[in-house]
Amino acid sequence: MSDSASRPAIRVGLFVTCLVDLFRPSIGFAAVKLLEDAGCRVEVPDAQTCCGQPAYNSGDKADTKAIARQVMSAFTGFDYIVAPSGSCAGMLRTHYPELFADEPDFLPEVEQFAERCYELVSFLTDVLKVERVAARYNGVATYHDSCSGLRELGVRAQPRQLLRSVVGLSLKELPGADVCCGFGGTFCIKYPDISERMASDKIADAAATGADTLLAGDLGCLLNMAGKASRQGRPIRVRHVAEVLADMSGDVSPIGAPAERR
Amino acid sequence: MQATSHAFKENAHRALGDRNLQTALGIVKRNFAGQRTAAVARMPEFERLRDEGRDIKNHVLQHLDLYLEAFEQKVVGLGGKVYWAADAAEARDHVLAICRAAGAKTVTKGKSMIAEEIGINDHLEQHGIAPIETDLGEYIIQLRRETPSHIIAPAIHLIKGQVEETFREAHTQLDPARPLAEARQLCDEARALLRPKFLAADVGITGANFLVAETGSSIIVTNEGNGDLTQNLTRVHIVLTSIEKIVPTLEDVSTLLRLLARSATGQEFSTYTTVSSGPRRAGDTDGPEEYHVVLLDNGRSAMLGTEFQDILRCIRCGACFNHCPVYGSVGGHAYGWVYGGPMGSVLTPQLIGVKEAGNLPNASTFCGRCESVCPMRIPLPKMMRHWREREFERHLQPSVYRAGLKAWAFLARNPPLYRFVTEIGAAVLGWTGRSRGRFRALPLAQGWTNDRDMPAPEGKTFMALWAERQKRRA
Repeated sequence: MSDSASRPAIRVGLFVTCLVDLFRPSIGFAAVKLLEDAGCRVEVPDAQTCCGQPAYNSGDKADTKAIARQVMSAFTGFDYIVAPSGSCAGMLRTHYPELFADEPDFLPEVEQFAERCYELVSFLTDVLKVERVAARYNGVATYHDSCSGLRELGVRAQPRQLLRSVVGLSLKELPGADVCCGFGGTFCIKYPDISERMASDKIADAAATGADTLLAGDLGCLLNMAGKASRQGRPIRVRHVAEVLADMSGDVSPIGAPAERR
Repeated sequence: MQATSHAFKENAHRALGDRNLQTALGIVKRNFAGQRTAAVARMPEFERLRDEGRDIKNHVLQHLDLYLEAFEQKVVGLGGKVYWAADAAEARDHVLAICRAAGAKTVTKGKSMIAEEIGINDHLEQHGIAPIETDLGEYIIQLRRETPSHIIAPAIHLIKGQVEETFREAHTQLDPARPLAEARQLCDEARALLRPKFLAADVGITGANFLVAETGSSIIVTNEGNGDLTQNLTRVHIVLTSIEKIVPTLEDVSTLLRLLARSATGQEFSTYTTVSSGPRRAGDTDGPEEYHVVLLDNGRSAMLGTEFQDILRCIRCGACFNHCPVYGSVGGHAYGWVYGGPMGSVLTPQLIGVKEAGNLPNASTFCGRCESVCPMRIPLPKMMRHWREREFERHLQPSVYRAGLKAWAFLARNPPLYRFVTEIGAAVLGWTGRSRGRFRALPLAQGWTNDRDMPAPEGKTFMALWAERQKRRA
């Protein structure tokens, strides 16, 4: 990024996501570091809470629209809006335009917003053309493709590409990496036993790879998989891919593991 | 059939504890998806074909009335007859009347989901006519008095040992000591017993995968050839099907057939593809003397022009079942009515009502795998979400859930208040969970913590930490 100083920095609004905000701010700071390292100026608008998916997926269109309007107004003026989550980025990028399809006067504005929204890792590779990161991780990792990122945004090769540049990390493919882990937002609350079966299958598949680390790009899936793995007493370390790419895995314990004293 | 879709949760719970079912579902998950992937990989133009298939069906749905009328004219011209059935009861009446006019005592049947939808077997039995299922899977579940659990593999919920048990119980005329543990032996036994029944039946009922407006033909695909025997060995052939199966031309059918088997079983083509066009003509060596087509609507035409129209493109390949992690966990019977899996979750609320089946569109993680493999590119998750909107509008969700959602939405719309609440939440949970890093139990979250731990928050929210960082930098 030799010419980043001479070019006006790309102004990125970080959509933190409600789960990262509440459960694991480290992922947010990992995202900030990756974006800043790639030459972006990162800002975090104060008026953000959630993308509105819980309401959207529960059929509550009116509340979803109100939340969506709030998000769009909070993120006015940024070159890009980036989220460390395929699910929330998918909501902003693909579902907001669907949501306002019945408001043709407002829709163009929504579409202009939506096309500036990206999932973190694909933003790094596809827009900023980042090809490698300066990070080290000692371990064998396997990667779960979270559904929305994979199927709504086409995030598949990008995290694998960057992970291959992490020194000390070897990547083992997860059989059935494209199969849902059973989180599904409100699904895991409404149908806990089906969700549990899906999580069990996922953890069994991950364990069978022999990897010591399970990575993914969405905290919802990660909480689900980490919670299942620890309940089963599996020693696998679960982390958000951004923590590894930002070389911050030494700063915070794996998800669901006790906080280390420093 | 009596729907139990409203009890999906209880059905699912039972299914998760059924070891035979779980073994059977393991085979579904392993085989079907892999076979489809391999078949698609062998066909570079598959994605283009999906577009073509979608366009053909969209065109038909735009002009459904015209194509149906054209089809009827052709069938009549060939010497057959078409019956219109607005609902299941009308369809049952038509079928029964045709059977009675034929003086039928036994009726052989090829596989037809419409027959399941209208409950024709029970109806015929109640009127003294014996229906005999001839598709192996259907034959097995008829003996067990069960319903299909999958639209193309009706007995997929069973393992071999259960079929052996069923055959030993039902076929008491055979030597109890006969070997019957192998699939081949089970097939041979069913085949030998069904052969005379094909010959003795008075009426044959089949479904239709496609109806061709251009030629007045109905088309079925099977892997067993039972459909051909059903419709050729009886004097009267009834095609029992629904209105959205119509396509304009045989050329269109060939496009759809190239998609169907690959999506369903990973075959290039089904073993048998059978085209029937009217009754036997003078000089024909075989074929039925009478040819009747019963066309069921049952709520389908009401979907035209609505946000649910796209589901009428469905060609019943079952790919959405085979790739759905929810179906893969609980099987088809949990859905509580004729159609399970993602396509059933979209279609069933229309056919039997949101009140009975509103559960089904909720039982999805919206993972989108169904849509990604649907040969007709049906946006299944999107339509499930539309059903949830209807459910929400009609206040059909549990009031606790609704109240929780409303409270959350109120918070989400008030960022300062939201910050205040989340900072307290993160601090309390972070502090109490810090030593273990996770919770084994949490009040109000038992659904989660019964079967998995809840990882503990780090303790401060990102927004609070970010504000601290900005202050330090200022």
